[in-house]
Amino acid sequence: MKQKKNVTTALTYVALIIGSIIMVFPFVWMLLTAFKTNAEVMQIPPTILPSNWNFSSFAKAVDLLPFGNLYFNTALMIFLRVLCAVVFCSMAGYAFAKLNFKGKNILFTLVIVQQMIPGQIFIIPQYQMIAKMGMTDTIFSLVFPGIVSAFGTFFLRQAYMGIPNEVAEAAYLDGCTRWQTFTKIMFPLTKSSIAALSVFTAVFAYTDLMWPLVANTNINSTTLSAGLSSLNGQFSTNYPVLMARSLQCFRWLCCTCASRDISSKAWQ
Amino acid sequence: MKKKRKGLDQDNKWGYLMIAPTIIGLLVLNVYPFIDTIILSFSSAKVFGGREFVAFANYAKMFSDAEFWRATWNTVLFCILTVPVGVLLALVVAILLNARIKGKVAFRAIFFLPMVVAPAAVAMVWKWMFNSEYGIINTVFHTDIDWITNPNVVIITVAIVAVWSALGYDAVLLLSGIQNISKSYYEAASLDGCTKLQQFRYITLPMVSPTLFVVLIMRLMASLKVYDLLYMMVGEGNPALSKAQSLIYLFYRESFISGNRGYASAIVIWTVLLIGIITAIQFVGQKKWVNYEV
Repeated sequence: MKQKKNVTTALTYVALIIGSIIMVFPFVWMLLTAFKTNAEVMQIPPTILPSNWNFSSFAKAVDLLPFGNLYFNTALMIFLRVLCAVVFCSMAGYAFAKLNFKGKNILFTLVIVQQMIPGQIFIIPQYQMIAKMGMTDTIFSLVFPGIVSAFGTFFLRQAYMGIPNEVAEAAYLDGCTRWQTFTKIMFPLTKSSIAALSVFTAVFAYTDLMWPLVANTNINSTTLSAGLSSLNGQFSTNYPVLMARSLQCFRWLCCTCASRDISSKAWQ
Repeated sequence: MKKKRKGLDQDNKWGYLMIAPTIIGLLVLNVYPFIDTIILSFSSAKVFGGREFVAFANYAKMFSDAEFWRATWNTVLFCILTVPVGVLLALVVAILLNARIKGKVAFRAIFFLPMVVAPAAVAMVWKWMFNSEYGIINTVFHTDIDWITNPNVVIITVAIVAVWSALGYDAVLLLSGIQNISKSYYEAASLDGCTKLQQFRYITLPMVSPTLFVVLIMRLMASLKVYDLLYMMVGEGNPALSKAQSLIYLFYRESFISGNRGYASAIVIWTVLLIGIITAIQFVGQKKWVNYEV
């Protein structure tokens, strides 16, 4: 019996390790390719490790794309979208969960329905609005579709639903106004949900490709994802440079992992 | 009585004030665009200049367009290729990660890795690995397949990358579902002499089925909307593009490259209807296999 258990555990490890290799290999390959010369990657059979580690691809990648601008745009877009989501969704989520006002159910149905419709259906008119305002190629246009979030409103409404009414009533009896009850008592209680929503919003914002491609066509005003894709094909013969460029996205990985870590700690 | 009334009035005032930004935002950003897209689908609109009412001309053109039907088929095929395999693999990984092993956190992080990298970067490295001449995949497996440029193969290539990208995310979701199952069920079952396989079939599977359903629906919706991987891996200029594009890709090209906004609106409405119908079928079908009791 015990031996059988050992075999199962061993098989589990083997399966997980094979799986991990498949998951990690593309990233390792990306790193190794970035250090090779263009001539070396065209060799048959291909080399595994670069014959000599050369850093020139990284310099070329920086020359090809305005990484400073792309980082700045992406960071500012993420910051503003997260800020909008946290502020507006918290307010609306609290109102939908804890306040009674006329037409609440109809308005909440509107939120639920919006949440279920795929976003692509809104893109053409959203673009036309931005174009009419003359705001294409700005940070505002990047943030525009994310100013409000039906999903975030629903998500935080659920969080506020989980807080007992007695908490708000106690605050009210102690002389808090509705606004103070919200900002001082209720809002801090949803910290972990806010953290989760921030991560969702940030990941969605920086992986989104179609909107920045449509709204900000100028390479200096777009996001990292769209910037990376813009040279796809154009320089597709120089794979080391492409890989070096892709690696630039990895700094984001660290940021996201860190924020995920914080939020998962908050969850527990 | 009077005081309560006053309280309600306060609720009204604060309620409207607090939902105002969200509701106004939704009206401007979603409701108006939704209606506008429907109107646009019945009009002919070029990039510059106004629009003209053309009744069902866009839909008539769409239903007689071979490229459109090919894109619809590609989208459905992509779902068939990615959803069952992807969800099944995620379940296997979740079960493996649930075993009593060391380094669980590290394994979980490794499987989650693709989800935190921009799809643009993921697509780029896979495109290089699938390169037909110098790519590592053809070299290692001693094959000679045109992974990227053969229109019949490229959908499979993109499907492999899609399954790889989503695996960890789905597995982590399923793992949380599995971990919520009370240990006492398994103890009772093993006392009654159930094998591990029976335990999986009669305890794990029914108990995790609600989470499995959520994962299935999410994966299905994401696959029906596939766009960014195709854009990065196939892209403009690839001869296989017109035969390998998905519905959303066709929508993107028609609206923002060709400038046929009316026609593109008809395509996106068709896509949303298709997603709606397939999701509705899933919600009806779930009654047969998803277990909500207990």
